[in-house]
Amino acid sequence: MAGEAHSEGGLAFHPLQQFEIHPLFGEGPIQWYTPTNVTLWMALAILCVIALFVIGTRGRAVIPTRVQSVAELAYGFVYKMVEDVTGHDGVKYFPYIFTVFLFILFSNFLGLIPGSFTTTSHIAVTAILGFGVFIAVTLLGFILHGAHFLGLFWMKDAPLALRPIIAVIELISYFVRPVSHSIRLAGNIMAGHAVMKVFAAFAPMILISTIGVVVTPVSVLAITAIYGLEVLVAFIQAYVFTILTCVYLKDALHPGH
Amino acid sequence: MATENTAAEVAGAAHEAGKAGMPQLDFSTFPNQIFWLVVTLVVIYFILSRIALPRIGAVLAERKGTMTNDLAAAEELKQKAVAAEQAYNDALARARVEAAKIVAEARAEIQKDLDKATAKADAEIAAKAAESEKRIAEIRAGAVEAVTAVAKDTAKELVSALGGKADAASVNAAVAARLKG
Repeated sequence: MAGEAHSEGGLAFHPLQQFEIHPLFGEGPIQWYTPTNVTLWMALAILCVIALFVIGTRGRAVIPTRVQSVAELAYGFVYKMVEDVTGHDGVKYFPYIFTVFLFILFSNFLGLIPGSFTTTSHIAVTAILGFGVFIAVTLLGFILHGAHFLGLFWMKDAPLALRPIIAVIELISYFVRPVSHSIRLAGNIMAGHAVMKVFAAFAPMILISTIGVVVTPVSVLAITAIYGLEVLVAFIQAYVFTILTCVYLKDALHPGH
Repeated sequence: MATENTAAEVAGAAHEAGKAGMPQLDFSTFPNQIFWLVVTLVVIYFILSRIALPRIGAVLAERKGTMTNDLAAAEELKQKAVAAEQAYNDALARARVEAAKIVAEARAEIQKDLDKATAKADAEIAAKAAESEKRIAEIRAGAVEAVTAVAKDTAKELVSALGGKADAASVNAAVAARLKG
């Protein structure tokens, strides 16, 4: 890695360094309980939630302050999403969905602070979220509907001969859901951050070579553009994850299409 | 000894490989991330479900109630305003009718006074005219008398001038007969 960096003319390419996990205090192996930078940035996400939703709403004002209206906006946004997608009986799962939404949203935005660590760029985190949703929704489907939940895979309006084939396809797509659900989030966030880092590595070119006169402004502009894109992606990925969670929940609540 | 060293080197190499590759695929950090993720999610869930969501829900419900009440109150006030306008228009119409009535009464009164004054004036004029008539008649009668006296005197003077003996009574009778004639 170091050799490669030197062969690039003194530029340091470590686009994946930002994703490294290390203990907060001292060195040593990372046990399951070790406080790491993961702990730190997740704790900051919690603090953001507290700041916005507890401190921001402490006035309980009928005419809201700016912070309170942001909190109400987020509440209304996700509440309406849950109600629209899953129907009225899905509203009781709103706190869980809102928890996931806020965690992803704040993790994504905290990850956009230069020098920060992005917890949602790790497949371990998003896989737990994705598979957590998958397992919860599947269990819920069986608890609410028993064997009727399998009707999700048995298309009653398809020709009888095609039904087994469709059932197999539906079954496969059902089990692929958590994988795509989690990799979509981690992949988007990781790719964006890595690309930004690559452009950042090109930025000091002007100090090394005369071609830097062209390369440096281009890479600075590119970082700016991609940062803007990443701000969008940070929100959109939280939104996409949440709305897909709602869609899966809808399947569990109303498996009869 | 040698085997231990080799094992340590292999472990170290594997660790290095993990560092050099994608940190996302370094499985040794997975338990740590999963543990802290679960802790975080539980904490956020409790903050939301115990404090934030009931509070925001209550505020939104209260706001909705306030707005409904305010709208109802506004509707009521609007009704009152319409009623007030109606009452105003009614009062205006009544006042107009009243005014018309007063004007008519006043006009009738004035007409009556005028008629009375006219009648009185007519009566006065008639009285004056009658008096004038009488005076004229008196003057005329006076004139006739004077003419009669003058005629009698003239006739007596003529009779005596012609040498006749004027009998006053017969001359008077002859003049009176002549004047009647």
